[in-house]
Amino acid sequence: MATSDHLLTSVQMAGFVAHGSLRMEAVVPAEMNAEAPSILTAGIPAVPYGSTLAKAYPQGTFARRLIELPEVAGALRSLVGPDPTIDHHAVHVREPRGGSAQPLHGDAIIDVRPDAFDVQLMYYPQHVTPEMGGTLSVPGSHLRRINETDIGRYQNLLGQNRLVCPAGTVVFVHHGIWHGGRRNDSDVHRYMFKVRFNPTVRQRLLWDTSDLHDPAVAQELGRSFPWYEPATARLEMYNRIKLWRALTGDETFDLEHWVTRVSSRPQRSAV
Amino acid sequence: MTAVRQQVLVLYLGTSALDSDVVGWSVYDGTGLTSPTTGDSDEPPYATGVGALRDGWRLIQAAPLIPPYPGHEYDTSFLKHEFLFEKLVTMAGERTPQGRSR
Repeated sequence: MATSDHLLTSVQMAGFVAHGSLRMEAVVPAEMNAEAPSILTAGIPAVPYGSTLAKAYPQGTFARRLIELPEVAGALRSLVGPDPTIDHHAVHVREPRGGSAQPLHGDAIIDVRPDAFDVQLMYYPQHVTPEMGGTLSVPGSHLRRINETDIGRYQNLLGQNRLVCPAGTVVFVHHGIWHGGRRNDSDVHRYMFKVRFNPTVRQRLLWDTSDLHDPAVAQELGRSFPWYEPATARLEMYNRIKLWRALTGDETFDLEHWVTRVSSRPQRSAV
Repeated sequence: MTAVRQQVLVLYLGTSALDSDVVGWSVYDGTGLTSPTTGDSDEPPYATGVGALRDGWRLIQAAPLIPPYPGHEYDTSFLKHEFLFEKLVTMAGERTPQGRSR
């Protein structure tokens, strides 16, 4: 894959750690977006869990071409490293004025790995309007420990993201992100193709780290979201710091002394 | 013939105080006249829990304050400050789930 010129920056990675998602608008060429509806309607054959990219999607197939787009491949390598395996994929087609909204949920089962994460690629071949019911997602929800649709009671959260995007947009999400497909109130079909990737290497410093000490990294990691309760927002910072330490190997990294303060247990005797 | 139906409002607040800011909300409508659903609005119906009281909603349940489990003090999970409210609506005719009078 031609990834070296398109790796994410440290600021972008910090943004992913804070938001639990990375959005790349209109990165898929118009020719591929035009192909997508018929290909997705026909369906993309299921692949065994843990398939390599080469086995899952032979050279020249639509999915392979999508994943090998330089911007997509660079982001994927930055997030999960080289040679991730394909967990599974899914094609979502929402009928015009049909169906109902999915309850808010996290995919798979509760997954609390402190130093590793899967990502899901979500590809939107069309311009998604508000009426088309693009994916609802909740920024900064990915580190909350919940199991699947147990959060279904939550209909709306302040600052939630109701996806509206140009054709050819790709969104990478952390496995824990809270999300759901919204009701399609438009007169057109809505398409989305999703692939889950599992890392096969330690997820440490896999991106372009030349800006690792840019103050914007800490600004991104310290970002709050409107739906956070103020007290829990501080715990979100604590958990992000721990994840950033795992991703960088820097056990001294901190924001506002949150982790250092509660870890301090001096053993030096003063008498 | 009249019938009474329940509407339920769930507000998630920023702190355990009922007059703190709304950060999340859900509505369930037993009248069948509306069908609120996931991701259907970006603006909360009230700014605070007290705002709902002033509009006639009756508080029927508040989330208890539960200390963190030892060893899990830094875990985050569900929203903590959940308040359930109800309104009882008297309807002119008993309605089916489809919203038609029997």
